[in-house]
Amino acid sequence: MRTEIRIGGFGGQGILMCGIIIAKAASLYDHKFAVQTQSYGPEARGGASRTEVVISDQEVDYPKVDSPEIFVAMSHEAFLKYVDDVKDGAILITDPDLVDENEIIDIINKKNFKYYTSDATKQAQDTLGLKIVANIVMLGSFVKATGLISEESARKAILESVPPGTEEKNIKAFELGMDVVKKAN
Amino acid sequence: MTKEVFVQGNEACALGAIAAGCRFFAGYPITPSTEIAEIMSKKLPTVGGRFVQMEDEIAAVGAIIGASWGGQKVVTATSGPGFSLMQENIGYAAITETPIVIINMQRGSPSTGQPTRSAQADMMQTRWGSHGDYETISLAPSSVQECFDYTVEAFNLAEKYRCPVFVMADEIVGHMREKITIPDKIDITPRQMPEKCENYLPYDAPENSTTPMPSFASGFNIHVTGLTHDERGYPSTDDPDVHSKLVTRLCNKILKNRSDIAQIDTKYIDDAEIIVLGYGIPSRSALTAVKKARDSGLKVGYIKLGVVWPFAEELLLEYTKNAKRIIVPELNLGQVYLEVDRVLGKNAKVELVSKIGGALITPDEILDKIMEE
Amino acid sequence: MIENEHPHKFIKYLRTERLPHLFCPGCGNGIIFNTLFNAIEMSDVDFENISMVSGIGCSSRIPGYVKCDSLHTTHGRAIAFATGLKMANSKQDVIVVTGDGDATSIGGNHLIHAARRNIDLTVICVNNDIYGMTGGQISPTSPKGSYATTAPYGSTDKPFNIAEVAKAAGASYVAKYTVAQPIQVSNAIKEGLANKGFSLIEVIAQCPTYYGRKNKLKTPKAMIDWFKENTISLKQAEDMTDEELEGKIITGVYINKPRAEFIESLDAISAQNSDITPEDNINKAYMGD
Repeated sequence: MRTEIRIGGFGGQGILMCGIIIAKAASLYDHKFAVQTQSYGPEARGGASRTEVVISDQEVDYPKVDSPEIFVAMSHEAFLKYVDDVKDGAILITDPDLVDENEIIDIINKKNFKYYTSDATKQAQDTLGLKIVANIVMLGSFVKATGLISEESARKAILESVPPGTEEKNIKAFELGMDVVKKAN
Repeated sequence: MTKEVFVQGNEACALGAIAAGCRFFAGYPITPSTEIAEIMSKKLPTVGGRFVQMEDEIAAVGAIIGASWGGQKVVTATSGPGFSLMQENIGYAAITETPIVIINMQRGSPSTGQPTRSAQADMMQTRWGSHGDYETISLAPSSVQECFDYTVEAFNLAEKYRCPVFVMADEIVGHMREKITIPDKIDITPRQMPEKCENYLPYDAPENSTTPMPSFASGFNIHVTGLTHDERGYPSTDDPDVHSKLVTRLCNKILKNRSDIAQIDTKYIDDAEIIVLGYGIPSRSALTAVKKARDSGLKVGYIKLGVVWPFAEELLLEYTKNAKRIIVPELNLGQVYLEVDRVLGKNAKVELVSKIGGALITPDEILDKIMEE
Repeated sequence: MIENEHPHKFIKYLRTERLPHLFCPGCGNGIIFNTLFNAIEMSDVDFENISMVSGIGCSSRIPGYVKCDSLHTTHGRAIAFATGLKMANSKQDVIVVTGDGDATSIGGNHLIHAARRNIDLTVICVNNDIYGMTGGQISPTSPKGSYATTAPYGSTDKPFNIAEVAKAAGASYVAKYTVAQPIQVSNAIKEGLANKGFSLIEVIAQCPTYYGRKNKLKTPKAMIDWFKENTISLKQAEDMTDEELEGKIITGVYINKPRAEFIESLDAISAQNSDITPEDNINKAYMGD
């Protein structure tokens, strides 16, 4: 089984780190195969940026994501820019404070997305007082909504990836994300 | 103990270099290979190595050649514009038989082109980008694991054949992250110090071969020059026989050993009527396409060249002898395709699947070509 | 090989099997050989520990005649090669021999950056104000108004003072003399070898074959007389106007100010990060693990 994941947002949100942790958890700890790629260059600074992950039970030959089954959108611009080739019936997770539901509900319905929301940025700011961990809150929501990587592997991958001294905050952010994600359709 | 890590292609190249015994890096920043320099600058001082950021890529290759004669295994990393500047001293390394490894994370070109997009458009430049007749070795990794493995292999080949060896990756492989396995024990080829003797001749090499290479400051008092030189290493620029013997040997030590240097992966070729023959990152699209074609009952095979140059003519003629069509996917307008057509075109129809602009060739684009006819 | 009842005292340093050399009669490179060997004998440096590097040009052929490890590289790049050679094994003494075109035209960038790093190299820049190997073309140091095959109407440019360039770029030892001052040249090379850092000794040398013929100084003597007439000291130059200085050869020690050496600075960082030192890794390429 091959699953394609796309995470979009804007520069500085930690989208890339989120993708790396997912791929790391899948390959190093769930013992699946995973490839992580990303957009580079001027595009990655300001404006919409994205990272993509392929996870599979078998070796990943073609490494790129062409029609994701999972789409995480952490900005409105990224949603609009990267939604076109997302598969019909895909899982969509948005941060509702950053992606205006009213404007995208038609697309969600038309593409039959399984729609989840996680107010990751607000939770990171209000509950943890640290906006910078919004990406890890979203990671928790991703794990809960998709079940694609195990919770245990995600925790290990977080601990291995975040800067020393921030482990506790990040694990809290992860747990918070597991709690706050909601099915929205 | 065998170790598993999740890293970028660029990082895997750096780890491979250090694992192969490399303790010297000289380079110049350039997208998309800069991470290699960054990682080497961090790691080399932790293993008793030395790093220098040179003033340009001409100097970078000069410095690694100097360090190679100083007794080190050496590497630099670059991309197209830097690779162009390096060509001058690559020729020097070829004629002086200096082992050096150059990693090229290819990007859209010519000139400054597309710094953050993938291409395989330096494949002819890597073969003959410097002036003159010479042969070198080019490997093409298609995965992060191969970035590690082929970099190690590049160092071993550089020592065995005493020539520049190129790791011709691309932006996608360089920036992609995958899990790699770093084995506990890595086979590395140490350099051989010659025996000290009266009338030592540093360039007295057998036909189609090379000689052990002494390091400077080891008491050999050798002369190394980019001029045509005799067995003593001394300039001899007017005697046609000296030049012919030297340059023929430089080429033949690679060409006559191409079956030994070759690294070829094959799948489903025994009964294949159509073979997709690729190298580097598009060969991963090719494998997906070939599997899909097999699923629909087509007799399609897969060949991946780990070593592109020297071109393994004899082995490839053997592997493709029953094929009617050979499809070559490349991220350029047709470069290695020309060589495939020259060597295999007499027996099979050789077709190109070309893509430039930065995106990877998709499996469906190769499948469409398979389905033609 | 030339048999001689009374061999020159420095013949032991030469690859006699390569003689006769290719330099023209009256070339200044003969004095360079003498001053170099004299400097080595005066210095604490062991001849056996010397590796030489050169680029392309007449003076760059000097190391090929010296019985030590010698790397005759590409045009302008000698200092870049020498940087790698020295970094690979910093225990060896590395001497670069280069010319005015090699060091300051095609190789100008390498010169200034090596000086900036203050890497421990001793660079002897033999400045004959012309491209000799290719037959007499104009060089970045050719005096204004001098003639060359590519300056048939005379040079219009302000020439480089190589010693000033090296000093400004950060070299810790710089001296400049003419071949008419062999004692000073030897002393300067000796001081350059002793300096732990980037040392440049610029030696103005005659090229009667091309510079002389093009500029009415056809004999070696005429050229050396011309050097003598135009040589002034740094001290004398202090009180002279730009007009008075035009065409003058300003000799002396431009700077002798030791500062932190490049490789030593790198190794200090290494020592904080590892127990393995670069000295443990000398000739690492030959080790199997």
